[in-house]
Amino acid sequence: MIKLFEFTGRPFISIAEEFGRIMLLFLSASSWAFRPPFRFRIVFKQMESVGVNSVIVVLITAISSGMVLALQSYYGFRMFGGESLVGATVALSLTREIGPVFTALMVTGRAGSAMAAELGTMRVKEQIDALYAMSVNPVQFLIMPRIIAGILMLPILTILADFVGIIGGYFVGVELLNINSGIFMARIFEMVKLNDIVNGLIKSACFGLILSLVGCYKGFYTVGGAEGVGKAATQAVVISTVSIFIGDFFLTAVMF
Amino acid sequence: MIRLIKVCKSFGKQKVLVDLDLDIPPEKTTVILGQSGSGKSVILKHIIALMNPDSGQILVNGTDITRLNDKELNEIRKNFGMLFQDAALFDSMTVGENVAFPLKEHTRLSQKQIKTIVEEKLMQVGLKDVTQKMPAELSGGMRKRVGLARAIALDPKIILFDEPITGLDPIMSDAIDNLIIQTQQHTKATCVVITHNIESTFKIAHRIAILYEGKIVECGTPPEIEISAHPFVQRFINRKTKDSNCG
Repeated sequence: MIKLFEFTGRPFISIAEEFGRIMLLFLSASSWAFRPPFRFRIVFKQMESVGVNSVIVVLITAISSGMVLALQSYYGFRMFGGESLVGATVALSLTREIGPVFTALMVTGRAGSAMAAELGTMRVKEQIDALYAMSVNPVQFLIMPRIIAGILMLPILTILADFVGIIGGYFVGVELLNINSGIFMARIFEMVKLNDIVNGLIKSACFGLILSLVGCYKGFYTVGGAEGVGKAATQAVVISTVSIFIGDFFLTAVMF
Repeated sequence: MIRLIKVCKSFGKQKVLVDLDLDIPPEKTTVILGQSGSGKSVILKHIIALMNPDSGQILVNGTDITRLNDKELNEIRKNFGMLFQDAALFDSMTVGENVAFPLKEHTRLSQKQIKTIVEEKLMQVGLKDVTQKMPAELSGGMRKRVGLARAIALDPKIILFDEPITGLDPIMSDAIDNLIIQTQQHTKATCVVITHNIESTFKIAHRIAILYEGKIVECGTPPEIEISAHPFVQRFINRKTKDSNCG
């Protein structure tokens, strides 16, 4: 009986331990954010890596999502003559859910995995030890700038995704499905509140924190050479993705 | 002066260092010799506090570094330079940026002064016109030289070398050995070298410490080591296995 408890309990203890270590890393990185030397240059470089380099992939995802949303909602609304609601549906879905979540997922796949792989490689090639040996704290030098970049860039990417997604929806709704342009836009302005956009952006900042923290954590504590780096990158994507979905539920429940 | 007193370190059930005692004299080159996987690098990482012992003391100029906090450790580490096994150069930085890194972090020198020091240190290790190259463009020997230039950038009092000639051809190994000798003579630093290469050891060492089964079983000058009666030391320096001795 005890062995059964041990067997079933071990994964939960392991998850709790890992969560605790991630939180400790977050606290350590947070404390370094307010202590000199302030590494603005590295933060800007990471903002480029996380944000600017993800723009294309985020835009393609957003425009496709907006177009598909418009198509699907049109077929649904047509059944009871509610085609005029397509614009508002697309805009609300994008600003509240699809914009923040899809942006976070795309950045996780691109930048989150890259963070884990880069820090993992630095770990196995003793470059992190070299930082310690040169009296430079690697949490401040490597992790803190990536977390700040994640938190700052995700909302900016989400704004772009929302905007481009609505344009995609407009193109399908107005140009292809012949919904009246004025009605399409009027419904959007009527139903989308500032709160929807702001809460979506708060969500995306939270997702930015999750994906950068998990990516850094997995990379920073990589063991086992090249194989370990591969595992770290994969686990970073899987854990970030699952955490983003779980986090999304709780944030939605609290905010909307 | 570096002293390790009764240092113990285990990884899981495997005991790597067992009540290890070692004195490393100042301004000399001490080579720690031992078999692969015997824990030589673990000793080096303890000396610069990249690892903490399970028990025991590590004294650097009289300060027990096992009791220091991060801030105090950072101050102590400024006295150290370390050449890692694969040089541990930062891939995203050029050679020049790698060597300049400790200078930018710990001094208030101008860009021009840093550039001058970087070129001087690279010249010291026999490299020129490489400042704009990326580490990936360098050969193994060149990477080690750049690693050494970075290690000595702040003119440290203690320089640690982790397997400096592993993976290099005999000619490049000899060049790196000469570089270690020149660097020690030029800087008068305390050098600690980890290796399992006998020829290199007898060329560069003022003192040799032999690590076996987690302890230093013999420590002395090269002539003293050569006449050591310890069976492992004799087997090791004469490159004989246990079986060949029995035969």
